[in-house]
Amino acid sequence: MSETLTKLVVNCATGEEQIVPLTAEEIAQREADAAAFAERKAQEEAETAAKAEAKASALAKLAALGLTAEEIAAL
Amino acid sequence: MANTYTLIEAKSLTSTTASITFSSIPQTYTDLLIKYSGRTSRSDGTADSVDVSFNSSTSNFSGRILYGSGSSVGTSTTSRWLGSENSGASTASTFANVEAYIPNYTGSTYKSVSVDAVTENNGTEAYSYLGAVLWSNTSAITSITLTPAIGSFVQYSTFYLYGIKNS
Repeated sequence: MSETLTKLVVNCATGEEQIVPLTAEEIAQREADAAAFAERKAQEEAETAAKAEAKASALAKLAALGLTAEEIAAL
Repeated sequence: MANTYTLIEAKSLTSTTASITFSSIPQTYTDLLIKYSGRTSRSDGTADSVDVSFNSSTSNFSGRILYGSGSSVGTSTTSRWLGSENSGASTASTFANVEAYIPNYTGSTYKSVSVDAVTENNGTEAYSYLGAVLWSNTSAITSITLTPAIGSFVQYSTFYLYGIKNS
């Protein structure tokens, strides 16, 4: 049996608090949000990996040109 | 420049909760400020994203995020992002910090939000984020809901809603 997801509603006019189950629409929205987040995170990680790879390649080429590690670090 | 801050509501969670809503927000301030310190139950990652809805609407949102991890930087396109949280795989008992500023929330123009957030995973990474979100809707904001994208807010996550007047 799956866990019932609940939401806390704080009424700013009265201070009253209620814990209510998420509606079917809210659960569907949550699932869509999770998918969007996973897609965004995958894109971020791919961009980070591509940048790291490009940096490593550039450093290797500079080293192949004869620059020392100190000279490369000074760039 | 806003010079008055009034605490409208403060809430520290006593149990795991999928989302939190501030309803019936007074329409007597100029701007709103949300500050929260949160952690989510997501178990397969060190951070979780939090999405916002205004007046129960999830439509007509757009946004951009700039982020840095200490070793890399990047940008993302988003829609309803209102911060990121530590989650189950990050260092135990650590909570993220988020601040979101909503100017002119009662006005008839579109609603902009500026967000800054930090998440931490000791010894390995500490992300910092700056975000801009636009709700292309002319309605006054009367309720705000925050929902983690994957997990649920865990106990001791704490939320503050401030009203700000410009005089």
